Amino acid sequence: MAQRTFKIWRGNKDGGEFKDYSVEVGPGMVVLDAVHRVQAEHAGDLACRWNCKAGKCGSCSMEINGKPRLSCMTRLNSLPEGTVTVQPLKTFPVIKDLVTDVKWNYEQNKRIAPLKPKPRDADGHHRMMQEDVDRVQEFRKCIECFLCQDVCHVLRDHHKHDQFVGPRFMIRLAQLEMHPLDTADRIPAIRKEYGSGWCNITRCCTEVCPEHIGITDNGIIPLKERVVDRYFDPIAWLLNKIRGKK
Amino acid sequence: MNTATASADIGGHKDDFLATTRSDPWWKGWAATAIGLTVFFGYLTVRVFQGYYMWADPYLSPLVAPPLFTTLDSVNYPNAAPLKHAWLGTFPAWWPRFVPQSPGFMFPVLAIMFRMTCYYYRKAYYRAFFATPPGCAVRGAPLKYRGETALLLVQNLHRYALYGALFLLVFLWYDVGLAFFKNGRFGIGVGTLVMLINVVLISGYTFGCHSWRHLIGGRKDCFSCDSGSKTAHKVWKKSTWLNQRHMLFAWLSLVWVAFTDFYIMLCSKGVIKDLNTW
Repeated sequence: MAQRTFKIWRGNKDGGEFKDYSVEVGPGMVVLDAVHRVQAEHAGDLACRWNCKAGKCGSCSMEINGKPRLSCMTRLNSLPEGTVTVQPLKTFPVIKDLVTDVKWNYEQNKRIAPLKPKPRDADGHHRMMQEDVDRVQEFRKCIECFLCQDVCHVLRDHHKHDQFVGPRFMIRLAQLEMHPLDTADRIPAIRKEYGSGWCNITRCCTEVCPEHIGITDNGIIPLKERVVDRYFDPIAWLLNKIRGKK
Repeated sequence: MNTATASADIGGHKDDFLATTRSDPWWKGWAATAIGLTVFFGYLTVRVFQGYYMWADPYLSPLVAPPLFTTLDSVNYPNAAPLKHAWLGTFPAWWPRFVPQSPGFMFPVLAIMFRMTCYYYRKAYYRAFFATPPGCAVRGAPLKYRGETALLLVQNLHRYALYGALFLLVFLWYDVGLAFFKNGRFGIGVGTLVMLINVVLISGYTFGCHSWRHLIGGRKDCFSCDSGSKTAHKVWKKSTWLNQRHMLFAWLSLVWVAFTDFYIMLCSKGVIKDLNTW
């Protein structure tokens, strides 16, 4: 067992500071293990949020050496030698230490209209073929860790929370918009209410996604293209009108 | 949400330009992209302005293809695009004197528009030149950010640029076909292969384009509804394969188009001799 130093931010919404803690680390340990060891040995009041410790609940999001990551999936031996910096997410208000208030995300989710399915078939069933739902199944892998929301500079640096719902909810919108059964016309809201134009597709959301969802290429850009169909491409607009499509 | 609480050093985060606690060399990608874009687009721009040494029989530089007009002024424009390639002959009298007589200012501009509005290149130059942001979790430039909602709504013209790029692609393939013939005789030279690789890479880049992927199938919600949709799904999946490598093709095709022009320029100047079967 070797000693390793962790520089952990301690504080609340009014202020705080980094504090150094040295703990023993061993093979296979992840950052969350080390945070728990700090709690056990040095700082019993250190606040962190966690649950499954398997990369599936999305609770233990924090910034490790400056990158938004799941602490339960970040092995210590994957980090460069030296002190490990651990911080709360930047985009959301700090409650205490490594815990942030992410309720804004749930408020965005409530703003999105649910699936509005087409009528059932004559036998009372809805039918979808696998090739029709492959795309939306990718988006359903989201564990709502909000790392993409945290790294999105539109929210993180420019604080456009009132204009842009963020990458997580753009893929939720993509999941609904591309759903083979959905009949809702979501394009006007995607452009105006949810702010697809605020994204400048710099792909950080995709880079940090622990589920490797193609947030930008498979979610946001296809939505932007559908917005182009409706508002910026008269040829596509005319063809859709002729075909009676939404 | 009270966004004010999410800034100003709370959580150990600073809001100064380039502030970050990232310990990895994130700036290497930033710098490499900025240098790469500057060097290759810089080279292409200079060559388009030159407009000479664009022809080394039977090779025509892709930077002037297809030439709408050309010039017979062999003093100022040695080995410009040949007259037989020019659609409308020589430059007209109304062509402004301060603009070089280079066919690169016409159709090839479509290729520039295509790359400038490309979703990959947007990421690259937003990061490299506008620092919005320079890297992930790195504080960007303290500019008023409007995203693509105001002036940059123009990026939505990417689809039209795609139509232009498809038009150009046809003629690039046509020029490769011509590069197999010299004085009416079939043959092959190093230049032919260089041009062939160029057009293959550009095709890979074009058919992996996000707008193309959308138009040929991505716009559909149902891939199984009719035979047309099933065909669209197959094409969409192939385009998706290319789309997943869009950055790779963007760079390879950019570098190779510059190299193709450079090779033809060297042949045209007589600096190197093309190895061929003629």
